[in-house]
Amino acid sequence: MTRTVTPQVSSPEVTASAIPEAIALPGLFSSEFVQETAALTRRLFIQLQRRPTTLIAGVIQPLMWLVLFGALFQNVPRGLFGESDNYGQFLGAGIIVFTAFGGALNAGLPVMFDREFGFLNRLLVAPLASRLSIVLASALFIATLSLIQTAAIVGTSAFLGAGLPGPGGLLLVTAIVLLLVLGVTALSLGLAFSLPGHVELIAVIFVTNLPLLFASTALAPLSFMPAWLQVVATLNPLSYAIEPIRYIYTHSDWSLTSVVMQAPFGAVSMVAALAVLVVFDAIALLAVRSTLKRTLS
Amino acid sequence: MTPAICIQNLQKCYGSVNAVQNVSLQVEPGEIFGLLGPNGSGKTTTLRCLCTLTTPDAGTVDVSGISVLEHPKRARQLLGYVAQEVAIDKVLTGRELLQLQAALYHLPSQQSSDRIHHMIDLLGLTEWIDQRSGTYSGGIRKRLDLAAGLLHQPHVLVLDEPTVGLDIESRVIVWNFLRQLREQGTTILITSHYLEEVDALADRVAIIDNGSVLATGRPSDLKDQLGGDRITLRIREFTPVDEVETAKSALKSVSCVQEVIVNPAQGNSLNLIVTPQSDALTTVQQALHQAGLPTFGISQSRPSLDDVYLAATGKTLMDAELAAASRRDPKEERKQNMR
Repeated sequence: MTRTVTPQVSSPEVTASAIPEAIALPGLFSSEFVQETAALTRRLFIQLQRRPTTLIAGVIQPLMWLVLFGALFQNVPRGLFGESDNYGQFLGAGIIVFTAFGGALNAGLPVMFDREFGFLNRLLVAPLASRLSIVLASALFIATLSLIQTAAIVGTSAFLGAGLPGPGGLLLVTAIVLLLVLGVTALSLGLAFSLPGHVELIAVIFVTNLPLLFASTALAPLSFMPAWLQVVATLNPLSYAIEPIRYIYTHSDWSLTSVVMQAPFGAVSMVAALAVLVVFDAIALLAVRSTLKRTLS
Repeated sequence: MTPAICIQNLQKCYGSVNAVQNVSLQVEPGEIFGLLGPNGSGKTTTLRCLCTLTTPDAGTVDVSGISVLEHPKRARQLLGYVAQEVAIDKVLTGRELLQLQAALYHLPSQQSSDRIHHMIDLLGLTEWIDQRSGTYSGGIRKRLDLAAGLLHQPHVLVLDEPTVGLDIESRVIVWNFLRQLREQGTTILITSHYLEEVDALADRVAIIDNGSVLATGRPSDLKDQLGGDRITLRIREFTPVDEVETAKSALKSVSCVQEVIVNPAQGNSLNLIVTPQSDALTTVQQALHQAGLPTFGISQSRPSLDDVYLAATGKTLMDAELAAASRRDPKEERKQNMR
């Protein structure tokens, strides 16, 4: 009783042989890729506009850190925190990097919710030029948020007496923040596609966030740490973002060859720190690409 | 003619669960094809394989002659998929969702706004389209989802349980809309566990159970092939087992009765298959009377789609639904549907 009757229906306009030639397949960096990336990014910004709470909290939180945590060591002897005038100035660089890091670490959450609610299926059944557009849209969104947060922190620090780097310095601070955000966003999206659900993702974010902060030079200089923590802190990519920014803040005469950190294994120059961040991004993107290939192919 | 959809020997396991054992389907261009089966019978998995969301373990899937496995992007351009769980971003308005959808299918901006406008008209969404979709009722959501699935004018529209949870009015709107689409030459594959829906819409139907296709054909042909009329008989509202047995043996000796089936799910009602003849009802009632049994209710009908289902699978669709409901693991299914 299988396949008994076939109705005779009028001929459709498409035949099998015509289709493969008729449809051009756009690839990466085509105008189609730009179109879909722009549309996906727009969606994230519409969400932000209608639910601005995350951005407001995301700006207020680092400022609270800056004001309250900065006041904690208000009266330490001058010069204790390296070449910084005060702890607030020392802390500023740490807060900038820590905030950008935290934001990027959460980049995977919206994607995870899209997976859980089935919205991702809508994207996956569409003939996207490349599914990297999903990743790129998130990265653009998070990078914008991080820059807004950074601007708020830089402004508030200046108001609190930490000074303001020159235009070149601000440009380099921006570049460092973007480098860090790119790598961490990639890792977070990789987790969002490989972990089973948002509970697990939040758990991973939770156990990663603060330990990486404490095991970096965000809150105290390397010289305060025991030898083993110095090793950990100099293996932590966050330190390679914090120290150059801190150096820019305390040295108006900074250059790319300035030594920004005395690691246990030797001196790290500004350009070396930047190189470490670039390598970190490359590793993160490579690691994530295989995950995306596996789950999104 | 190249079939709009050709699925051959499809297989898919999730761990130890054999979701699709052996599904072969051929859907001709321009027809509405219904995939009928209880929840958990492998309908959704079949559709997910068709729409490139899931890679099958074995078998081939072609859309208008294009292999979904070899050329997924091309296949996606030809397919429109409307999932059972309506996935909309509740923060976006309906219009913004359609704009996003248009960009995902790379429609040029003028064409995009023309088509969005057209879809809003066609599905009667004007009143709601600029409100956030989180405020929509189930029927409006489904209409928006349909609009999104059709925006790029797919050759083949794939709908997973299109009217589950909808009120009667919305259901009729969706049905009429699908009929209109067919008139315009769109091929439509729907899954359903509503007999009525498949009967009302589908040009052809495949009955699927436990991941295998058991029968395929026009609903009317499938019913005609069964032959005989059906009599549903209830001796009492809830009949005791001994009375049912007495009735069964009494009725078996009646010449026009071909088969007697007891349905415990309906208070031990009796389903009879009888030779179509005008006095079948009276004959059956007389036989009952002679056996000293009362009649609570009796009715005669032509074979229904449910009877087709019963003949193909050995159980009614409702029983299969109940059995499937006790076997299902919603958490596991949600996991399978996550990417």
